[in-house]
Amino acid sequence: MFNDTVLKEIEGIKAKYPDRRSALLPSLYIAQREFGWLSREAMTCVARSLNLPEAVVRGTASFYSMYKHKPAGRHVIQLCTNISCMILGAGKLVDFLETRYGVPANGTSGDGRFSLVIMECIGACGTAPAMLVNTDFYDNLSEKRIEEILENYK
Amino acid sequence: MEKVLLKNIDNPNSADIGEYRKAGGYRSLAKALQMQPADIVEEVKKSGIRGRGGAGFPTAMKWNFAMADPKFPKYLICNADEGEPGTFKDRPILEKNPHLLIEGMVISGYALGAEYGYIYLRGEYPAAKDILEGAIEQAYKENFLGDDILGKGVRFRLSVHQGAGAYICGEETALIESIEGKKGQPRTKPPFPVNVGAWSMPTIVNNVETLSNIPYIIEIGGEAYSAIGSSDCPGPKLYCVSGFVENPGVYELPMGTSLRDIIYKHAGGIKDNGKLKAVIPGGISTPVLPADAIDCAMDFVAMPKAGSMLGSGAVIVMDESVCMVRVTYRAMKFFEHESCGKCTPCREGTDWLRKILERIEHGKGREGDINLLSDVAGVMSGRTFCPLGDGAAGVVTGMIKHFRSEFEEHIRDKQCKFRN
Repeated sequence: MFNDTVLKEIEGIKAKYPDRRSALLPSLYIAQREFGWLSREAMTCVARSLNLPEAVVRGTASFYSMYKHKPAGRHVIQLCTNISCMILGAGKLVDFLETRYGVPANGTSGDGRFSLVIMECIGACGTAPAMLVNTDFYDNLSEKRIEEILENYK
Repeated sequence: MEKVLLKNIDNPNSADIGEYRKAGGYRSLAKALQMQPADIVEEVKKSGIRGRGGAGFPTAMKWNFAMADPKFPKYLICNADEGEPGTFKDRPILEKNPHLLIEGMVISGYALGAEYGYIYLRGEYPAAKDILEGAIEQAYKENFLGDDILGKGVRFRLSVHQGAGAYICGEETALIESIEGKKGQPRTKPPFPVNVGAWSMPTIVNNVETLSNIPYIIEIGGEAYSAIGSSDCPGPKLYCVSGFVENPGVYELPMGTSLRDIIYKHAGGIKDNGKLKAVIPGGISTPVLPADAIDCAMDFVAMPKAGSMLGSGAVIVMDESVCMVRVTYRAMKFFEHESCGKCTPCREGTDWLRKILERIEHGKGREGDINLLSDVAGVMSGRTFCPLGDGAAGVVTGMIKHFRSEFEEHIRDKQCKFRN
C-alpha cells in the first residue's frame, strides 16, 4: 500500500473534485511515479486508496497512452513522428536511436538505459522534430544534437 | 494590430504575476466585478467571438445556454488538451501568459455563475503544468482566486487536471468523461454539456485561446473588439505555422488573414526557395489544399467555402519533396491509434484505411485501391459518433481529390519516389 505521505497527497487531490473517481487519473500518475510503472500492485494501491473496483482502475488506465504498463528504461524518450516532425526527418531519428543506442521503437535498450516511445504530436511543430526525455523538452533535433542531449542521461 | 494574446511574451518573466500586473493585467477583472454578470455576457455577445477550439461556435450563445439552466453548481472547464497535430498555439499562452488565461477564467466564471474551474491540460505539456500551478498559487495569494475575490464576495476556485495522452479528450464530452476519471469516450448529444456536463451539472467548456480573449473584450468593449478582423467572426487569431517555411512559429494576426499572407508575408515563404505543393490549413483533421488554393481568408466562414476548415489554425506547409501518400498514411496511423473504439465506422474504418494506405505507400497497392479508399471514407463520413471519424474520412477524400495522380503513380510504379 502507499505510504502515509502519498495517501495524504491523494486525499488532497480528492478534495479538488466533487467525487472520488475524478481523482483517478492524477492518482495513476502518482502510482506511476512511486512504482516506476503501473504494475498490478500499483493499480491495486490506487483502487484501495480511492475505494474503486480494481477493474475500473485497470480499464481506465489502459485507455491512456501516457501510463506505462510495463517497466521502462531509466530514461524515457518520447519522440514525435507526426506529420510536421515526419516531413522534417523524425523517421531517420527513430532509426538513429536504434542503431546508436540499441533502443527500438516502443521498446527498451538492452542495457536498460533508454525506452523509446513513439509519440503523437507534442505541440512543437514549429521547431520540429521534437522529443521529451522524461519531462524535459528538446526541439530542433538532429542526430548530432540528440547525441549531445543524451550524454546528460546516463 | 495590437498584440492581445501574445502581449508581453518576449519578457522572460512574463509568467510572473508582478510582470503581468505591471502590463495592466487583472484590471479587466476589477472592471468586470463592477459589472452585472448579464452585462458581461452582453459584451461577449457584442464582440461576436467564436470559440477558438476548432468548431467556431459563438461563445456567448454557449454561455447563454448554460446560464438558462437553473441547476447549480455550474462548472467552467478550460480545454487545454491541445492535441490536434500541427497545433501549438495555446502553448505560448499556457507557458508564457498563464495569468491572461486565469484572468479570463475568473471573469467568465463570475459571468456564468460558476464557482469552480478546471484547466484540462494535455499530459504532453509537463512544463506548462508547473507554470500554470505556480501562476494559480500566485493568483490565490493576491486574491484574484479564492472565496472573496478582490473583496467582492465572489468565489472562483481553479485547478489543473492533467490528461494522460488521449487525443479524443479534446472533444468536450470525452474531456468531461476523462475529468470524471473515466475512459475518454464521447457521450451522446443531446443532452449537451451546457445542461448535463461534468458530474451531471451545467458545464461550459471553452478553449484556452477563447478564454484568453475575454479580458480584452472587457477592456475595450464588445463593439470595439468586433471591429478586429473578419466581420462575421472577429478578433485576433493565433495561427501556428510549421513544415517547410523559413520562419515557423505562432503568429497573432487579425482573424481572416489570408493563407497566402500567413505563409509568405509572416512565415517568410517556402524554406530554401522551394516550391509550394500543398497546405494543411487547420491541423491534420482538416482537408488539404493544393498550392493554387491559398488565396482564402483563414476564418470559420470562408474556409469551408474554400474546401477546408479553419480548425485550430494549424498551418502545415509542404513543398515538392513531400509525399502526399505518406502524409495521408501517417495521418491515418494517428487516427487509428486515437480512435476511442466506441463506434464501429471510426474504429474499423480508420484501421481499414490505414492498411490500404500502408500498402500503397510501400509499393504493394492494388488496382482499385483508390476507389476502395473513397468508398470506405464515404461510408464513415457523417456516420461516426464524434468528429474524429469524420475528420479522418475528410483527410482521405481531400487528398484523393487534389492528388489522385500521386496515389496512381505509387500503385503503378510499385514504389514511393519521394524524399520526405
